[in-house]
Amino acid sequence: MKTIFKSLFAITVLSLVFSSCGNGGSDKKSGALSGSAAEKVYVAPGEHDEFYAFVSGGFSGQLAVYGLPSGRLFKVIPVFSVDAEQAYGFNEETKPMLNTSHGFIPWDDSHHPDISQTAGELDGRYVFINGNNTPRIAKIDLTTFETTEIIEIPNSAGNHSSSFVTENTEYVVAGTRFSVPYPQKDMPIAEYKGNFKGALTFISVDPEDGGMDIKFQIMMPGFNYDLSHPGRGKSHGWFFFTTYNTEEANSLLEVNASQNDKDFIAAINWKKIEEYVNNGGGTKAPTNYAHNVYNDETHTATSTMKDEILIVNPSDVPGAIYFLPTPKSPHGCDVDPSGEYIIGSGKLAAELTAHSFTKMLAAIEGEKFDGEAYGIPILQYEEVLAGAVKQPGLGPLHTEFDGQGNAYTTFFISSEVVKWKLGTWEVVDRKPTYYSVGHLMIPGGNSRKPFGKYVLAMNKITKDRYLPTGPEVTQSAQLYDITGEKMELLLDFPTIGEPHYAAGIPADIIKANSKKFFKLEENKHKYVTKSEADAKVVRDGNQVHIYMTMIRSHFAPDNIEGIQVGDEVFFHVTNLEQDYDVPHGISMIGAQTSELLIMPGQTETFKWYPKNVGVWPFYCTDFCSALHQEMQGYVRVSPKGSSVPITYTLDGDAVDVE
Amino acid sequence: MKLKVLVLAITAVIMSSCGSDGKKKDNVAAPIKAEKEVVEVDPMKDKGIGPISSITLGEIDEAMAAEGKEVFKAKCSACHKMSKRFVGPGLAGVTERRTPEWIMNMILNPEEMVDKNPIAKQLLAEYLSPMANQSLTEKEARLILEYFRTVKAE
Repeated sequence: MKTIFKSLFAITVLSLVFSSCGNGGSDKKSGALSGSAAEKVYVAPGEHDEFYAFVSGGFSGQLAVYGLPSGRLFKVIPVFSVDAEQAYGFNEETKPMLNTSHGFIPWDDSHHPDISQTAGELDGRYVFINGNNTPRIAKIDLTTFETTEIIEIPNSAGNHSSSFVTENTEYVVAGTRFSVPYPQKDMPIAEYKGNFKGALTFISVDPEDGGMDIKFQIMMPGFNYDLSHPGRGKSHGWFFFTTYNTEEANSLLEVNASQNDKDFIAAINWKKIEEYVNNGGGTKAPTNYAHNVYNDETHTATSTMKDEILIVNPSDVPGAIYFLPTPKSPHGCDVDPSGEYIIGSGKLAAELTAHSFTKMLAAIEGEKFDGEAYGIPILQYEEVLAGAVKQPGLGPLHTEFDGQGNAYTTFFISSEVVKWKLGTWEVVDRKPTYYSVGHLMIPGGNSRKPFGKYVLAMNKITKDRYLPTGPEVTQSAQLYDITGEKMELLLDFPTIGEPHYAAGIPADIIKANSKKFFKLEENKHKYVTKSEADAKVVRDGNQVHIYMTMIRSHFAPDNIEGIQVGDEVFFHVTNLEQDYDVPHGISMIGAQTSELLIMPGQTETFKWYPKNVGVWPFYCTDFCSALHQEMQGYVRVSPKGSSVPITYTLDGDAVDVE
Repeated sequence: MKLKVLVLAITAVIMSSCGSDGKKKDNVAAPIKAEKEVVEVDPMKDKGIGPISSITLGEIDEAMAAEGKEVFKAKCSACHKMSKRFVGPGLAGVTERRTPEWIMNMILNPEEMVDKNPIAKQLLAEYLSPMANQSLTEKEARLILEYFRTVKAE
């Protein structure tokens, strides 16, 4: 047996060698090892990448920023999880960002980044991303690459069919994956069917300041709402959500939620519902959720609890919601650049389903219904079907578009990306992924204007692709050139956490807007110290507030006395630098928190509870200049009740200006 | 007053490492021989390098000086005192030692100044901390200059 395998192996290797030697170079372009692939991803030292890729961190809770085509990692933006490096969730300013109705939550599972759009095209102002576990939507400001807003989604659970934006960023949506009792109550789980509800939440985005606000929540039947995408162009005003578990099973879903031959894509006419609620429709219901906003001038987040939400019952808005039957537990729900085709990827289906928006409108007009579900009309499958890609692969998940009439779909089970043509539904090319691809991303590939140069495949399994690092190995992304008829694998690179979806954008759209530093004169932090002359230490009972400054390369003050064991000491530290890329850090021995990493012109605060008498140092944690090692200071801690007065000095003098 | 500015022109003994002269060859790294070249620079004529090429000063404008003092306090005082050396040089009487253009260019274009201007290079060698760019506007630098004009050396 072994020998047979060995000879088989040898034959395979030999044939590979022969074929790669080639005669006439007909196959020169195949394979990541060819010279042209290396050249295509090489970004010379000092040069910039052509695209930003915002890749979700999955169970890391964060969002990673990569350059394409190089695959270089530029930044990990903390979103839903605490981050010691940037003090996110550790400093006093950002703790409110992670507040929820369940209290402070230090982690979430981040899934689907989506870039804001204007007229259906990427505008590069914001990235939105959903927290799946404790349902939230976050907004990242692309001038600072920082999370500036997080809104909790009440009545939702497993916030998965999120956070996709409409054509002019009128709304970002958040759909529930797990239906739950509404309102929540103590009831037998077995009574799920007919009693649980699935909330689809529409969050308005202020066109001026980007502020998010829950406009309304549609209380849908108790299915699982898996993914969604907005209509665009001709279908602008509609939103499409895939559903599974229309069986309404509450246990062993892998069997019990796979019984129906077809589940649905829910088509929601949000403009109609918007009009309905603007005219006083909907029911105001009590609720409890957190809305957290970070302000770039106070450098501080505030968390506000909201107690009311507007609920829309589908049957109260006839003509606004329809179900499009779609085979076998559809996952991805993707809309082509023209807005005509809605692609449903039935996870267990033998073919890929494309619905036609035009046919859908005609079927509604002609009342081509096939019954209803909980009062929502089900359109006849044949009446809405545009076509199907036959035998495309196994386990279709997600589709993106290149703007040239082609679609690219991932297949998890057969582990490949398949290119096919919209309208003719013929398969053009297929390329393997390594391994078990989930999402894929073409910059702008789910907008009216894709930039169809590359597709990035994000894989669930990595196995042998990199040096082993114990039982846990990194997950990976793979970059393909899609400018030719056939796709060409160019690059593998590791990702943080698990990359569920990504959003890409030409760098030119956002890099000019990137902030270089915060202006000191605009700093409105409650505890800002705008010059060394204003540095001070103030005792208020057992609370001590240190107003400190930092500049290359000293702290002011750097000698502090009069602190006592049992005090609660606040370090409010302002970076006085006014230049690009000159952050300073600070950390205090024994402080039960992270360092602070403070950008030029910014103020941040950490708390320290001195437990022992002595003289304790603090220092700058970010190598800031040739004299960085000199950037340090001391705090004298005396016993509780000591008569040592509060003093604070720099170079032996009280901190002041002449 | 003339200030002799030393510019270090490093003449590394590269030739010995090439080994072409073959006079002396051992495995120890050859010491680098530095030669001191004296450059005569009149600091009251040197305008420095930067956006300010020429400026004409009138009578001291007290309102501008008062405003300049505030800007100085906010953006500069962490490293500069008027009366004494601190992180950077003491600045009382600086307008008697440098041209107004040099002062403004040092504020507005410090990176290039400490890299190329002989006087600024010498200051960096003495003080070690490079002058920080605080991203001031030309107007703010001009206000600070006016403030400096009001503070004479003791």
